Amino acid sequence: MSNEQDSVSDILEDNTYKYGFTTDVESETFAKGLNEDVIRAISKKKEEPQFMLDFRLKAFAKWKTMKEPEWPNVHYPKIDFQNISYYSAPKQKKKLQSLDEVDPEVMRTFEKLGIPLDEQKKLANVAVDAVFDSVSVATTHKKKLMEVGIIFCPISEALKEYPELVEEYLGTVVPVGDNYYAALNSAVFTDGSFVYIPPDTISPMEISTYFRINTEETGQFERTLIICAENSYVSYLEGCTAPQFDTNQLHAAVVELVTMENAEIKYSTVQNWYAGDKETGKGGIYNFVTKRGKCQGDNSKISWTQVETGSAITWKYPSCILQGDNTTGEFYSVALTNGHMQADTGTKMIHLGKNTRSSIISKGISADYSSNSYRGQVKVGKNASNARNYSQCDSMLVGDKCSAHTFPYIETANSSVQVEHEAATSKISEEQLFYFESRGISRENAIEAVISGFCKEVFKQLPMEFAVEAQKLLTLKLEDSVG
Amino acid sequence: MLEIKDLHAGFDGNEIVKGISLTINKGEIHAVMGPNGSGKSTLAKILSGHPSYEATSGEILFEGKNLLEMEAEKRSLAGIFMGFQYPVEVPGVNNAEFLRMAHNARRVSAGEEEIDPLDFDDLLSEKMKTLGMEKKYKERNLNDGFSGGEKKKNEILQMAILEPKLSILDETDSGLDIDALRVVAEGVNKLRTENNALILITHYQRLLDYIKPDFVHVLSNGKIVKSGDKALALELESQGYDWVTTAN
Repeated sequence: MSNEQDSVSDILEDNTYKYGFTTDVESETFAKGLNEDVIRAISKKKEEPQFMLDFRLKAFAKWKTMKEPEWPNVHYPKIDFQNISYYSAPKQKKKLQSLDEVDPEVMRTFEKLGIPLDEQKKLANVAVDAVFDSVSVATTHKKKLMEVGIIFCPISEALKEYPELVEEYLGTVVPVGDNYYAALNSAVFTDGSFVYIPPDTISPMEISTYFRINTEETGQFERTLIICAENSYVSYLEGCTAPQFDTNQLHAAVVELVTMENAEIKYSTVQNWYAGDKETGKGGIYNFVTKRGKCQGDNSKISWTQVETGSAITWKYPSCILQGDNTTGEFYSVALTNGHMQADTGTKMIHLGKNTRSSIISKGISADYSSNSYRGQVKVGKNASNARNYSQCDSMLVGDKCSAHTFPYIETANSSVQVEHEAATSKISEEQLFYFESRGISRENAIEAVISGFCKEVFKQLPMEFAVEAQKLLTLKLEDSVG
Repeated sequence: MLEIKDLHAGFDGNEIVKGISLTINKGEIHAVMGPNGSGKSTLAKILSGHPSYEATSGEILFEGKNLLEMEAEKRSLAGIFMGFQYPVEVPGVNNAEFLRMAHNARRVSAGEEEIDPLDFDDLLSEKMKTLGMEKKYKERNLNDGFSGGEKKKNEILQMAILEPKLSILDETDSGLDIDALRVVAEGVNKLRTENNALILITHYQRLLDYIKPDFVHVLSNGKIVKSGDKALALELESQGYDWVTTAN
């Protein structure tokens, strides 16, 4: 049928990366290259306390002795770390008194991305920290959160206002020399979000950070630290986009979460970095991220939910250290790869305390020429009696040129543990979509139904509006890959 | 209602249907019979709008509209239903949800509001009761792990929900044991009205013991070689297809 062709190409038209624009703002960008002087300059620029500079230098020394990991199932040319600028910030007055002083172009950028920041338009029930290249440009609802004692601010600000809190926790979950990219991040990170939820506090709204890379040859190294004190709860969201460039940008973030007794952190990510050209694979973000949470207090819980739809390469394993007794770690993931994307993602669940529980639900969708790997480790220490883990890793293939891989590792040093692993592979086929169409259901709705059916267990973990967004995003990305 | 005029069609450049003409009026049941490879399935695929099949010449009019220019989705919305020979399995999509999507697509295209989910549940329960279907058809995923018979019953349930004007049932009897065949056939009979029409595509005449056709057409080598009434099917049964295919 000739009409079929037209409709597919129509869809293709609509389907280009809609966040691929660049904003023309006057930026202050460091010359390319990395050495101790650059690190000192970053620290000075940010007027950091001494301990922070020491932390950075220690990390840098460590990094120089380390090698890029070669074990992930991803392939890319070697990164020239001297060809990246480690600091870029929109030029602004010394200290922002109000949002009016933020470059209007930057404000417009976020508005275009669906994240209005100014007082009139800001989202009512979500507090947002907006990070543009290397710096946080605006944080909404700060005052309202402060009324209940919640600290939510850029980490650079936290270093000035609450240095003792940052010093106490920074690097305690992800040590400076944890891995190659974490070490690099520890040396050069420029901004990110800081959240502290005081004891006995349920955050009255969702807290979120929105990351935007704008400059072509800048790396984004953000650092997020969330501390949830006794009997407290917070739900945190993270979103990301970047313009479309032919070159690759490096994004090496570190996120650390800490929960005290009876506390819970729910961390959700919808990642939609530019993935490179669909046909040629040129450009796109290298998303090399270390995310880890520590359930320090008994009965605490950390839950990671991620919907990964972008980036040329994703290397990311949000993990939980279940240190306290009766603690719970959860990992819910949907990773979509299409075009020439490569993803190696999964989780680590480290059971140290007694009666610790973890569950892993991973859904990989691969289309076109992409490669999608799940890599997960469940490790049970000798004192973790009655630890339990359940893992389920499902893959869905779209077309016949993509690949899906599963690498589960299980290590237990305690005989009273129960570990279960299930895996399944399925396909979304032209025949399935035709079946829907022959019942009068549009192709778009058909893909949405099949994908949301496949990802059901993960989507239901996301906050409502995020879930709807995520579903639409996946459908859009897959529409021209099916068939 | 449906007018097929000198249809030539096939796939991958192979012509399989070589000039079929057929007129179907509302209230009628037509059986299209024929040996394997005679073009029965290609005819069904063409009517349903399957993207791999192509009509090379001829015309199909459905209520005066050019069917060949309509996408499968539009054909369904116009009131055509295809009961598939091998309904595809769709894991993860709940059967009742799927039926509601299909029902709503109809309503939206007719300019109506989507149905309230609870009202739809009532409607579905009622249809299932009429067809004598168990509750599991609501709970399970679309054809996922269904037996051959369950899949065919589920097709009839879809037909009941969509209330099409013209239904084409492609080898609905294949793979069914006698009990399942009876249930399916009774279901189809219950859905008949004087305003809808039915095309039964079948290899064997046994389905026609349960659903009585007004016309029987025998296909051979892509053409209708004989048309008649129910008696033709019985004669085929006793004499075999050679009787018509060689006599031509």
